[in-house]
Amino acid sequence: MSEAVSHDSHHDDHGPAKGITRWLFTTNHKDIGTLYLIFSLIMFFTGGAMALVIRAELFQPGLQFVDPHFFNQLTTMHALLMVFGAVMPAFVGLANWLIPMMIGAPDMALPRMNNWSFWILPFAFTMLMSTLFMQGGGPAGGWTLYPPLVLQTGDAFPFMVFAIHLMGISSIMGSINVIVTILNMRAPGMTLLKMPLFVWTWLITAYLLLAVMPVLAGAVTMLLTDKYFGTGFFLGAAGGDPVLFQHIFWFFGHPEVYIMILPAFGIVSQIIPTFARKPLFGYEAMVYATATIAFLSFIVWAHHMFTSGMPIAGQMFFMFATMLIAIPTAVKVFNWTATMWRGEMTFETPMLFAVAFVILFTIGGFSGLMLAIVPADYQYHDTYFVVAHFHYVLVPGAVFSIMAATYYWLPKWTGKMYNETLGKTHFWLSTIGVNVLFFPQHFLGLAGMPRRIPDYAIQFADFNMVSSIGAFIFGFSQLFFVWVIVDCVRNGKKATSQVWEGAEGLEWTLPSPAPYHSFETAPEIK
Amino acid sequence: MFKGLWKPICATVAVLGLLAVNPALAAWQLDMPVGVTTLSGMIRDLHREILIICTITAVVLFGIMGYALFAFRKSRGAKAATFSHNTTAEIIWTVIPIFVLIYMAVPSARGILEIEDAGNPDMTIKVTGYQWKWGYEYLDNGVSFFANLDELSAEAARLDSGIDVMDIEHYLRDVDNRMVVPVGKKVRILLTANDVIHSWWVPKLYIKKDAIPGFINEMWFTATETGVFRGQCTELCGRGHGYMPIVVEVVSEEDYAVWVIENGGESPTLSTTEISTDSSVAAL
Repeated sequence: MSEAVSHDSHHDDHGPAKGITRWLFTTNHKDIGTLYLIFSLIMFFTGGAMALVIRAELFQPGLQFVDPHFFNQLTTMHALLMVFGAVMPAFVGLANWLIPMMIGAPDMALPRMNNWSFWILPFAFTMLMSTLFMQGGGPAGGWTLYPPLVLQTGDAFPFMVFAIHLMGISSIMGSINVIVTILNMRAPGMTLLKMPLFVWTWLITAYLLLAVMPVLAGAVTMLLTDKYFGTGFFLGAAGGDPVLFQHIFWFFGHPEVYIMILPAFGIVSQIIPTFARKPLFGYEAMVYATATIAFLSFIVWAHHMFTSGMPIAGQMFFMFATMLIAIPTAVKVFNWTATMWRGEMTFETPMLFAVAFVILFTIGGFSGLMLAIVPADYQYHDTYFVVAHFHYVLVPGAVFSIMAATYYWLPKWTGKMYNETLGKTHFWLSTIGVNVLFFPQHFLGLAGMPRRIPDYAIQFADFNMVSSIGAFIFGFSQLFFVWVIVDCVRNGKKATSQVWEGAEGLEWTLPSPAPYHSFETAPEIK
Repeated sequence: MFKGLWKPICATVAVLGLLAVNPALAAWQLDMPVGVTTLSGMIRDLHREILIICTITAVVLFGIMGYALFAFRKSRGAKAATFSHNTTAEIIWTVIPIFVLIYMAVPSARGILEIEDAGNPDMTIKVTGYQWKWGYEYLDNGVSFFANLDELSAEAARLDSGIDVMDIEHYLRDVDNRMVVPVGKKVRILLTANDVIHSWWVPKLYIKKDAIPGFINEMWFTATETGVFRGQCTELCGRGHGYMPIVVEVVSEEDYAVWVIENGGESPTLSTTEISTDSSVAAL
């Protein structure tokens, strides 16, 4: 059926518009996907630059470069940019590009809403970043926005709240679009349990987004009324409770961390079978494990708050529930390993990133399990051990999966092969850099270094220096990533429609580059 | 693909090495410091146990993965199998983690009960977090004071201070007034805050809890040896978050009695103050 859709034959009349209007008014899932991915890359570098200033300041004890208040603004903005600007839009971009191609649809179900959900983002983030130049500086209370501290934010406060509302609206529209597309636009014969894992994980992620983004919106709105309209939801003096905010925030926040990792599971589940030339082990178990993780994500939120003070029964419940997550997660890791077992593996760049994902994400999972143990958590809480933990699941976890996906589908998107040597160089520099950066932070945390401090006692000097060196290796090696992509678009050799020998799935039946409208006639599903 | 194994091997060796290294070393310290309270051993053992379980799992899992990455390569002439299910294997690797988790859950739950048993203290200190210092009130004898960052650190910590902080032994970990407690006595700490949330943590005392404005949190410790133990605020509390250290000096009972009198305390005898600590009530 691959010849059924050929680019030049009959689409010239409604191909992309010319110039800037193509991007402003586009309703095309591929154009919007590209916009999301480029936006995400810009945010990744902006948030990354902030991280490098942070690591430069922490290179040695003593204050060298920035004021402590600006340091707090940097840690806060770095997190907001990376979470809401880099990782989430990247996954939405991948969903836009890939879901219609994977389920045999011509486009997303709600194309105009798709356009809007992207174009909100540049405004939201411009507004958020403009707060850095306002009276009192940007938000500096941490991305967790805990009151009463966050209520001390200056003029930036309402702008930050509004920016978060905009990001939430964008995410909700994006996830509605994903759900409607997947449930209504699958090609005949594409039953739910025939969908590629990436589509499955995104379907579940979209429901998570729909469930928790309104909760975040509610929480920040309550902050807004506490600050300006005399309410006291979170103020002890007014009969409120600061810990109430933490409960609401983490009821959003914990599903949020799975929002940032479930699509990554999907990506890796696409890539490993391709390069092991062997079907994914335990497809159904993978689907059920994803659903289980999503369910559990709603009942573990207070494990972020053991030191806030909690009844014994609460501590027990949240400890046991958190430990349970290890089981479906372990099933996933075992299944990826079993997929590689007795395969016929080659190690092109996407596979390298996918294997590194499995190993390094698992290290982040182990530290997560350690954090679930309440008595020990009293020691780990709010130290660099936690910083190491969540960066292991987010950087060599979520971010590596996005890079793996980029290398894997870039030939399908552009019609050209990237330079494998450059790609591998990028991989090895990133992997070495990320471990030198984050592994020593475990030791810093265990030794007693709290997170979010601009300066530290001299006993922490050695590992901080190592960590900062890793940060600069990792940060600058990302320039290779841009180089590979630019080089691919400019000088890449023509890619075949199959691209990878072992690749399976509808997207590989389309020519490379994929035509502007994916499947005008529904493909046949075996 | 040996290079692919290099990182996990490094990680594993580092974790294993962590078990062997003398934790008293200040620099390059890898593991939690050995504690000085009645509960610190239990907590540290739990930490070690879960760390060892994770390390063993990592070695086995990454070992199997490493073998697969080495052996089943196309360049070594591997031919792909076609299996995609194995019910027995799937049941085994779902059930084993369940047992491991139960094995860890039981002592952890017991640990929570021990930590939460704050009854019958020998003395009570109310600790209040401020932006950016700590206030201490000894409820049994009326001693009360603030603890600020010491002047040496405060001077050196300024941007472009020109002072080499490496020369300051307890940089950012020293205060003007130490919290002094007697060894071997159960010290209850009631925590609250005046402005924003702070968190009181001394790593070697193995306790940490948030100080929340309008509410009281409770925790306790019984020090088993004398000495000076240092920590700092662990909840982001604004510009001075990194500059509100905690120094606890554990002394003999006699020295404590002298210290109380020197600091204007009423009676050096220890007594128990009954205070409701129902945290659901805004007690301040």
